[in-house]
Amino acid sequence: MSEDAAISVRDLTKRFGSFTAVNAISFEVKRGEIFGFLGANGAGKTTAMRMLCGLSFPTSGKATVAGYDLFREPEQIKKSIGYMSQKFSLYEDLTVRENIRFYGGIYGLNDKSIKSKTDEMVQALHLESQVDKLVKALPLGWKQKLSFSVAMLHEPRIVFLDEPTGGVDPVTRREFWTMIYEAAHRGTTVFVTTHYMDEAEYCDRVSIMVDGRIDALGTPSELKTQFVAPSMEQVFIQLARKAKRSDN
Amino acid sequence: MKQFFFFIRKEFYHLLRDPRTMIILFGMPLMQILIFGFALTNEVKNSRIAILDNAKDAATQSIIQQLEASRYFDIIQVLSGNSELEPAFQEGKIKLAVVFPAGFQQSLGHENAAPIQIIADATDPNVANTLTNYASSIIYDYQASIMDHAALPMTIKTEMRMLYNPQLKGSYNFVPGVMAMVLMLVCAMMTSISIVREKELGTMEIILVSPIVPIRVIIAKMVPYFLLSAVNIGSILMLSVFVLDVPIQGNLVLLVGECLLFTVTVLALGLLISSLADSQQVAMLISLMGLFLPTIMLSGFMFPVENMPIPLQVISNIVPAKWFYYIVKNVMIKGLTFSYIWKETLILVGMTIFFMVVSIRKFKIRLE
Repeated sequence: MSEDAAISVRDLTKRFGSFTAVNAISFEVKRGEIFGFLGANGAGKTTAMRMLCGLSFPTSGKATVAGYDLFREPEQIKKSIGYMSQKFSLYEDLTVRENIRFYGGIYGLNDKSIKSKTDEMVQALHLESQVDKLVKALPLGWKQKLSFSVAMLHEPRIVFLDEPTGGVDPVTRREFWTMIYEAAHRGTTVFVTTHYMDEAEYCDRVSIMVDGRIDALGTPSELKTQFVAPSMEQVFIQLARKAKRSDN
Repeated sequence: MKQFFFFIRKEFYHLLRDPRTMIILFGMPLMQILIFGFALTNEVKNSRIAILDNAKDAATQSIIQQLEASRYFDIIQVLSGNSELEPAFQEGKIKLAVVFPAGFQQSLGHENAAPIQIIADATDPNVANTLTNYASSIIYDYQASIMDHAALPMTIKTEMRMLYNPQLKGSYNFVPGVMAMVLMLVCAMMTSISIVREKELGTMEIILVSPIVPIRVIIAKMVPYFLLSAVNIGSILMLSVFVLDVPIQGNLVLLVGECLLFTVTVLALGLLISSLADSQQVAMLISLMGLFLPTIMLSGFMFPVENMPIPLQVISNIVPAKWFYYIVKNVMIKGLTFSYIWKETLILVGMTIFFMVVSIRKFKIRLE
């Protein structure tokens, strides 16, 4: 395991009874990298990601996240990562400002920095007129962008995004990726799962999971050469066809 | 520690912004007390009765007058023959009929014995029993009044005193029961729903990824409901004292302390439910079937536990509300001190610790 890796995973495995959801995967994510974590439904990518975030306990293997050991230093990891889940995860019955204050609060930010962060965020997202309105009044695209900003509130070294652009229109998707690039520019490592293959092309490197294993890993252009495919979509389809299991 | 207060503030926003929650929290106790206090009463008053007087003499007249004067009875029909009895009951007009035989006063005077027949509609056996008791005691009073002149050589007089509740008010019995029910609903159901809601929304994941310690999440979830329950306890006690005239005989501090203890017990139960349930509907169902029904059926509030079959009596011991009901009844109505209820209090404390430990362990297991 190299020292400057943001995430380093060796033989990480998760079994639920006799079912092996994640089967001895190994990979490294470099600091400041945008790492695409792809796979068909049921391939095990969400389970793998949940283990790295501390939401699920690995059956075996080794991993460090932000330099901390997944088994021995989970509290340190929690302080160093941000997480945005598939589901929309702000409180609809709280205003934009209250949501920011709450999430800032549980990450231990003080009142002053919560205030300045709120102003900063509201300005960047052009939400000035909405800041004291309930979140449920916002359109989905805004909510997703706000969710991402909230996940970045405490300036985490790594941010985990679980299908962040599901159900969002192409324009907002584009804007969302601009935000991801900006975060990566500032040095945040971005670990993102997605079903959109055009988004896979935006990533620095991608891994593709099939049946609990990582079957391909590399930059999008490397993978296209390796699998003699014109696009990431073709690469993905070639690999996903081999899958024996699915969601249902 | 600051994280903790951010969390509690957020919980209050949720509570205060949801009108349905607010109605359940504050409307329900008020409604239950008023409904039980004024509508659902099992006291018997102004029951409609009929008289069949075949004697029409001074003695029967004076008994009839006393029946009429009592607040339990309302004579709505005076029958003229036995054949009218059956139809009057069949039509459901009357609950009770008093039949005097011909020559009542004569038999009483000459034979020293006179029969009176009391016929009651026993479709509701408890009401029938109560009514016949009232009627007999009015007749007994009459007998006693004429006996002053001609005392019998030997008589046994029964003298009754109704302790703790001389007026036999139903509210003395149900106020403690309603308190158990309301706390059960507010604490157990609302807390479990509020935790499960976060699971459903996906916000629980975000919270679990954050550095906040899970036990603080749990406590922060409980604090607002604990405070609101304290308000509810206060309002129920005030309503029962000032509206229903149920006095607090015992020590108020002890009573409130026991109420707060029970609040913590049911909060822990709510927590346990939330770790078992994955949707708000399931949480609500478990709360209603698993907590609310046993509270009503097995706490002794509606049906006396002593009369139940042994297996049910045994099961009733695991219903926390049974112990709470016992405690409140004894402190509030009988005015007993802590030395009489320490065993029951200890049982509640034990249950609380057990539920807490189990649910906190469960909560932790889920996130690992």
